Amino acid sequence: MLRLNNIQLRFGSVPILQDIDLHLQAGEVVAVLGPNGAGKSSLLKVASGELLPVDGDAQFNGDPLRSLPVQLKARHMAVLPQLSLLNFPFQVDEVVLLGRTPHDTGIEADRRIVDEALRAVDAHYLRRQLYTQLSGGEKQRVQMARVLTQIWEAGGEGDRLLILDEPTSALDYAHQRMVGDIMRRLADNGVAVLTALHDLNLAAGCADRIVLMRCGRIFAEGTPEEVMQEDLLREVFEVDFHRVTHPQTGKPWLLS
Amino acid sequence: MQRILPRHCLLALLVFLPVACVFGLMIGPEWILPFSFGNDHAVISNRMIIEQIRLPRTLLAAIIGAALAVSGVVMQGLFRNPLADPSLIGVSSGASAGASFVIVLASGWLGSQALLGVSLIALGAFLGAMAATLVVYRLAASDTGTSVATMLLAGIAISAMAGALNSFLSFIADNHMLRQISLWQMGSLSGATWTKTGFAALAVGAMLILFPRYSQALNALLLGESEARHLGVDVDRIKMHIIVLVALTVGVAVALSGTIAFVGLITPHMVRLLIGPDHRHLIPCSALAGAILLILADAFSRYLLAPGELPIGVVTALLGAPFFLSLLRRQGGSTGAM
Repeated sequence: MLRLNNIQLRFGSVPILQDIDLHLQAGEVVAVLGPNGAGKSSLLKVASGELLPVDGDAQFNGDPLRSLPVQLKARHMAVLPQLSLLNFPFQVDEVVLLGRTPHDTGIEADRRIVDEALRAVDAHYLRRQLYTQLSGGEKQRVQMARVLTQIWEAGGEGDRLLILDEPTSALDYAHQRMVGDIMRRLADNGVAVLTALHDLNLAAGCADRIVLMRCGRIFAEGTPEEVMQEDLLREVFEVDFHRVTHPQTGKPWLLS
Repeated sequence: MQRILPRHCLLALLVFLPVACVFGLMIGPEWILPFSFGNDHAVISNRMIIEQIRLPRTLLAAIIGAALAVSGVVMQGLFRNPLADPSLIGVSSGASAGASFVIVLASGWLGSQALLGVSLIALGAFLGAMAATLVVYRLAASDTGTSVATMLLAGIAISAMAGALNSFLSFIADNHMLRQISLWQMGSLSGATWTKTGFAALAVGAMLILFPRYSQALNALLLGESEARHLGVDVDRIKMHIIVLVALTVGVAVALSGTIAFVGLITPHMVRLLIGPDHRHLIPCSALAGAILLILADAFSRYLLAPGELPIGVVTALLGAPFFLSLLRRQGGSTGAM
């Protein structure tokens, strides 16, 4: 449903992304990993159409991203940026309701979806509070709920895509795991999820595929078992990892 | 501070607007009570005052107040900054420079002719406002869209240039012109006539009707520009529409009444404190609140130094600032960036 072919991106003469090929299917979670400045966010921005590559071809549901009308795109693609700067005192439920902007399902349906999304991110109890008074982690969960409402239900033709740029950066352990579970559940409902993460173990636990990036290129790509190799990780992160198998999930678990 | 329901706020403002209008008609150098009877002579004279002076003036105050307040709301939304006001895009300083230009250079050989009931000074102010905004907008526009941050800086630079031009014109002006310039800059509704008011009602009214169409987009824009884009808002088109609409609205308002400070900044704040930042309610409520505020300010400006008049800009600041400060104190800084 999302196809990036031979993407090249430059700011001025500085290459940001080179030779990126990435295809996403509906119903899979793809995690992008890599050190700071490897191009994870840029890759996500090209995937969402926010940055236009200088060369290469980006398609979403069969249409070229470049020329897809924003309104049409917004019904099937939701994007959570790394940093959200909202400094107007909206109530939490009002912020989340903004996620329904591209849809015209009526206020009844919208309110129900907002309620469900708030419960999904464990922020329902915050719904009457002012967004500006929340803590960093609470804000992140509320923004998460906002983008969830945007693709909560399959609408019309085309598959849904959720792009999350470091959705767990401000969250505690319980809520990090919650975000992992949400991504899995969405994928089981046919949503494609593309996320940048920093936590290797979270990625190994919830992703179907992992894209390992270094210096603007895709360094390795595959299932967590294939990519989470000690030598690959050492080369990318310049840190020695020790890989074990999680006794309950059977997934790779990395000790550093 | 506890919010109130938007529809309660709207209802209260709708009730209060006519009350403010009646108050504005009553007050002045001559107190005129409704339904007052006296000898025929006084009644006729009072009717003249109401019909020819106070009614057009009060209505003009309402229209200008609504225009400034709504422009303030959408500018604060567009710039995602509660301190923004219409003057940021150079409208006010451009208008001042335009007005000064006409007062100093043109009035000599053109005389004080009027076009459609609008003086040449007003025309100069309008053209100045448009020119300044156009330059600011062109500077901020690039291939990749319009940068709000660049627009802010360009607005400051162009305002400074217009200010310099203004100072230069004041410098070469004679005493009479100088007084005219500074009075114009303080703002006044004293020249209100039925033609002026009718013109304002048509021009501003037409534009005010268009603003609510952008409420949903402005709400999304508060999240950030790329967030709004991901929510399906055509950000660049909306930005251009809003800037043009604000420039036209404020341009007309400033041309008719001079620069009236504070209404565009303070009204959105007060309404936002009461009902929250949702533009679907904020725009209509601010329009009504701005209208009420300016009617009251104009009434006081006529009353305080009667039979003379205070410039209305002085009154809006004197009346608005303490009220605003008391609101800030009551909410105890609890809304953070507000």
